Amino acid sequence: MSILFLLLPVALLLGFGFLFAFIWGASGGQFDDLETPAHRVLLPDSTEEFKTGEKRHV
Amino acid sequence: MSETSVARKETYSYDDDIVKMFLIATLVFGAVALLLGVFIALQLANWKLNLGLQWTTFGRLRPLHTNAAIFAFAGNGIFAGIYYSSQRLLRTRMYSDLLSRIHFWGWQAIIAAAAITLPLGLTVGKEYAELEWPIAWVINIVWVIFGFNFFKTLQIRRERHMYVAIWFYIGTIVTVALLHVLNTIQIPVSFWKSYPVYSGVQDALVQWWYGHNAVAFVLTTPFLGLMYYFLPKAADKPVYSYRLSIVHFWSLVFIYIWAGPHHLLYTALPDWAQTLGMVFSVMLIAPSWGGMINGLLTLRGAWDRVRQEPVLKFFVAGLTFYGMATFEGPLLSIKSVSALGHYTDWIIGHVHGGALGWNGFLIFAMTYWLVPKLWKTELFSVRMANAHFWIGFLGTVLYMVSMWVAGITQGLMWRAVDASGRLVYPDFVETVIKIVPLYWVRALGGTLYLFGFVLLLINVVKTVRSAPKSEKRETVSGLGLADSKPEVYAGKPHRMLEGLPGVFTVLSLVAVLVGTFFELAPTFLSGEFAPTVVGLKPYTGLQLHGRDIYVREGCYTCHSQMIRPLVWETKRYGDYSRAEESIYDRPFQWGSKRTGPDLARVGSKYPDLWHYRHMMDPREVAPGSIMPAYPWLFKGKTDFEIISKKLSVMKSLGVPYSDADVENAEADARREAQAIADKLISEGADPKTAEKEIIPLISYLQRLGQDYKKGAIK
Ligand code: HEC
Repeated sequence: MSILFLLLPVALLLGFGFLFAFIWGASGGQFDDLETPAHRVLLPDSTEEFKTGEKRHV
Repeated sequence: MSETSVARKETYSYDDDIVKMFLIATLVFGAVALLLGVFIALQLANWKLNLGLQWTTFGRLRPLHTNAAIFAFAGNGIFAGIYYSSQRLLRTRMYSDLLSRIHFWGWQAIIAAAAITLPLGLTVGKEYAELEWPIAWVINIVWVIFGFNFFKTLQIRRERHMYVAIWFYIGTIVTVALLHVLNTIQIPVSFWKSYPVYSGVQDALVQWWYGHNAVAFVLTTPFLGLMYYFLPKAADKPVYSYRLSIVHFWSLVFIYIWAGPHHLLYTALPDWAQTLGMVFSVMLIAPSWGGMINGLLTLRGAWDRVRQEPVLKFFVAGLTFYGMATFEGPLLSIKSVSALGHYTDWIIGHVHGGALGWNGFLIFAMTYWLVPKLWKTELFSVRMANAHFWIGFLGTVLYMVSMWVAGITQGLMWRAVDASGRLVYPDFVETVIKIVPLYWVRALGGTLYLFGFVLLLINVVKTVRSAPKSEKRETVSGLGLADSKPEVYAGKPHRMLEGLPGVFTVLSLVAVLVGTFFELAPTFLSGEFAPTVVGLKPYTGLQLHGRDIYVREGCYTCHSQMIRPLVWETKRYGDYSRAEESIYDRPFQWGSKRTGPDLARVGSKYPDLWHYRHMMDPREVAPGSIMPAYPWLFKGKTDFEIISKKLSVMKSLGVPYSDADVENAEADARREAQAIADKLISEGADPKTAEKEIIPLISYLQRLGQDYKKGAIK
């Protein structure tokens, strides 16, 4: 059943990879603020808007 | 915030040229994919449009259409959107312009290679993974280059926080890489021919794990990422619930992976695997609808603008089609619904609700929004864009409805039995003729959609023409990366076990464990999974070669080889298919669509001469048939020399051929071919038939189902 020697590690790799990514993101504070990011996207892309840290609420 | 006050101010610019390049490629290949789609739709309505040429026949063009739609149109569209939005969300230029361009040209080269090889019949014969091994490996390499460039860009980002769209892109890049590599492990026979290392049930499982996730991670997650970026931008409103969008992402990635077996309900895949696939598929409805609602509610308070702005119209309709498709999908994953819908045009309707309604409309919305931005001008005509919307919408609805009706009508006809238990429509052609009018309606729907697309092309060309000529490079200024790391992210590493993230971690652990069980269990039940049958003879060299012709011609695009354990099905085709029957099948050819009847047990159903005449002109023996004629099989010479190489590759993969079998393969095949030909010639066939490709094909068709009929399999 050679297929499983392949499918299994890959499936696990993927699952744990995502799990790791999630924990990494969560512990890095990526999901702490669930309000501001939605607004930050709407800021214009160009020039002065990002000049100071004010806009980045944390 | 003391840290930010010492931040170094930087000036940088975005690489928008790469976005333009991908966007133009999207539109060019969108036209190609749609044209091909309309063409093959017409072929099903009128077989004459196969044109009697091997390169233009349905079985070869259908894979070209699906590949063009998924990888060329949707693929380029995704890349355009990812390059545009990622740079802005991460507030940095892509890591390397050169890698971006290698990605672009590499991808277009792959598409060009597909456009040449698929009509030539160079194919692996697995859906959405048809491209032969050299191209498949170029895909792997180009994808890795794209991924590398993307992750390096992540690393140099100026914005610490990663917006949800970025997560969707990450999920896409990682998963597609793994799935594609896994599904393209093949052993070459020659430069353009290979056999998958997996066979039969295993090949089917890997293939649909891949195939399903191609839909999930090429047509769903990246598009959701695009939606979460471009919809709020276009509406100038924050996404309704950012929290929900995060939940949407994580629940999708953990559930989607395991839903693949819903493509294999009622097949020879073990029951428990089917049931698990079904459960995960039904679960998918929750995150999918959460996402749809989140998108639609983002437009709260902006509905008046939807009436005027084509961009928002396309978003609203696109999300609604996404909702419909993700409701229909789980529905079709329920075994009793699958029993009716599987193999019919209902599935084709389902797919196109997603492809035309969701993917297409999202790309259109993005295009109408991006083109004026990128070329710094106004859209040429809003009225034209609105007309595109309504024509495209009508086309999609016509397509879906005609295919629903066709699918359900044919599904009901297949299963109809009278009071005495006999099939009401024993003649398959009858069920085909009934739905041919609907094939015309479908072709009309597709044509309308294409017409709308032409309006988009005109609009884009006119818009770009009106763009101001001299363009100065637009720069952006912001804080340098090193300084912009706010202390909050560094200071609270233990926050993860609190609140939402904590709950998430637990949930995702559970999901992974369940998924692991799903993948692990077969190891313990491997007897059931990897049937070895003592005394089951592999294909003869001639049959194997004929099988490769079957694969080359794409017969699997119209024929299944998997009889389900359903009464009406066993009555029509014979006893249901056993896993053992396909252990030598590389690739497996269970199929997914029955435009023609199942062929799993067609061997010995008809004499050789019937097949000879049928392949020459199906309508001669089956009036009303829509199957293409295959005159070139009666002209092309069989390549007897390669057969020995084929057997030796099969042998290396564990198929029980002896050394003598391999050595004498060519002579054996010639002898076998001569015997079949002699009989045919005595019945009036062309005297030079022995050399021709029709002979190996007939010998393969006559082998189908014989092991079971002759009792080699219980
Ligand atoms: C466009 C779809 C289509 C393609 C492609 C196609 N077929 Fe068919 N096939 C049909 C239809 C419809 C029928 C039923 C009517 C008939 O017998 O022609 C059929 C019937 C058959 C039958 C008779 C089955 C039976 O039980 O009566 C055989 C054998 C067959 N096809 C073989 C092939 C082979 C081999 C190829 C590839 C070289 C192929 N078909 C490609 C549509 C297709």
